[in-house]
Amino acid sequence: MTVSPLTPTDLARIRADFPILARELHGQPLAYLDSASTSQKPQQMLDAMTSFYSTSNANVHRGVYTLGVESTDAFEAARDAVAALLNAPSRREVIFTRNTTEALNLVAKTYGVQNCGPGDVIVSTVLEHHANLVPWQVLAEQTGATLRFLDIDDEGNLQLDALDAIAREGNVKLVAVTHQSNTLGVRPPVAEIVAWAHAQGAVVVLDAAQTVPNRPVDVQALDVDFLAFSGHKTLGPTGIGALWGRESLLADLQPFLTGGEMIRSVKLERTSWNALPWKFEAGTPAYAEAVGLHAAIDYLQAVGLEAIDAHEHAITDYALGRLAEVPGLRIIGPQTAAARGGVVSFVLDDVHPHDIAEILDRHAVCVRAGHHCTQPLIERLGLAATVRASFYLTTTEAEIDRLVAGLLDVRRVMGV
Amino acid sequence: MDDLYRENLMDHYQHPRHHGPMAECDAEAEGQNPLCGDQVIVQVKLTDGTIEEMRFTGHGCAISQAATSMLTELVQGLTVDEAAALPSQAILDELAIPLSAMRVKCAVLGLGTLKLALHRSAGTPLPAEWGDTDEMVWS
Repeated sequence: MTVSPLTPTDLARIRADFPILARELHGQPLAYLDSASTSQKPQQMLDAMTSFYSTSNANVHRGVYTLGVESTDAFEAARDAVAALLNAPSRREVIFTRNTTEALNLVAKTYGVQNCGPGDVIVSTVLEHHANLVPWQVLAEQTGATLRFLDIDDEGNLQLDALDAIAREGNVKLVAVTHQSNTLGVRPPVAEIVAWAHAQGAVVVLDAAQTVPNRPVDVQALDVDFLAFSGHKTLGPTGIGALWGRESLLADLQPFLTGGEMIRSVKLERTSWNALPWKFEAGTPAYAEAVGLHAAIDYLQAVGLEAIDAHEHAITDYALGRLAEVPGLRIIGPQTAAARGGVVSFVLDDVHPHDIAEILDRHAVCVRAGHHCTQPLIERLGLAATVRASFYLTTTEAEIDRLVAGLLDVRRVMGV
Repeated sequence: MDDLYRENLMDHYQHPRHHGPMAECDAEAEGQNPLCGDQVIVQVKLTDGTIEEMRFTGHGCAISQAATSMLTELVQGLTVDEAAALPSQAILDELAIPLSAMRVKCAVLGLGTLKLALHRSAGTPLPAEWGDTDEMVWS
């Protein structure tokens, strides 16, 4: 299937929906190239939250009065929207969390703790964001399980040759992998990993924080067992994310957090748990944020996730070509757009990435500098830090041109 | 941007003063800011309780390396007590540029490492104000 990327007219119309893009910094229009950190927000999402708070706000699953009913309906409609976005077989499989990190911790502290023990093996990769690495380290320490990491080649491509040895070791219980590296943009071969993991009788936890925002993600086609993403990278507000998990797995798990909302009945001696998904949603949930996320999903689907993916591919291809013109610049990760998403890490001679990001800021170009919450990956690559530019549905070639002009100015200022 | 990366700072970054290891020293410490990968190793030669020379090696951003270079000139001839009492503001005044909170940590990395070296050499604890820089790794 070939989908046309966004046209210049589409882009202009989309950009007009993002009020922050009208802001100027240091007398220049903003060039926001840090969407892999967090996305900017369309007016439609902001309006949905304001309208909800202005007209329907009441705590969910409580009130018999009209506002409480409207609020609950809006919250549960957001769950339906997430289920549809992910092609989940059932809305009961969608658990709202604060973000990807909390969703992954939920899996580690429920499924992980209840299924892993001494002699068991957990597999992850050196590509992972700390959010999909530290919870498994802690789980291994708590349960006595062993944690194994798949390595990469020097371009960041995941190496699967260690899987045979891990399979011989046996007792693989859980495989945690990213859908797309937040630092390199590289996309690991998830289908092969899922097939291998299921052959071992292990479950697969997919960190989809970098892919749910910008391309179709189908949990049934992926055949993973758990999947996590964040609302704030998906045009939605902060404070809301989601975990999708197979109902057959979630049904048997003990709760994550306990308290209100997640109970069926509470007696002083004993409490019984609520049905899925509410068993995993203790306390007042971020229901207004869920309404915002719903509006964000509607926005993404109106633009079309295939079109956004195609746009990111085209803009990444353009960026890789333009960045190659900057003397002394070295792309870290895959050298072509074919093998990656809209995230480009690079270094420039021996100029420290923080100096680069600071000088680019004076050109109103917003990029991230540092280890991007992937310290083991940065160390594996023999680096201390990189500069990362990341793209989304609002990114234009003109913004890439300003990045390149800014980098030439970095060379001038730093005398390289 | 030239108000930030002005000539004096870039001169210290590109031509750091008192840079390179010292064969024998009286005080030594290493400081790292793992958030940005900045690292400095500070060595001090003392004569009668006075800093005869401070030298440093390391790598990192222009702010951290230039500030440490400036520090080597600032503390030359100071007594150990005077150097150990230097406030962060002294090095910020030396840099004379506006810095965000994140970059202030880069600016004071060298000073914190020097203080650690001096206190370690004297057998006195590092002052409390350096104890709250928990992003830093001292060794």
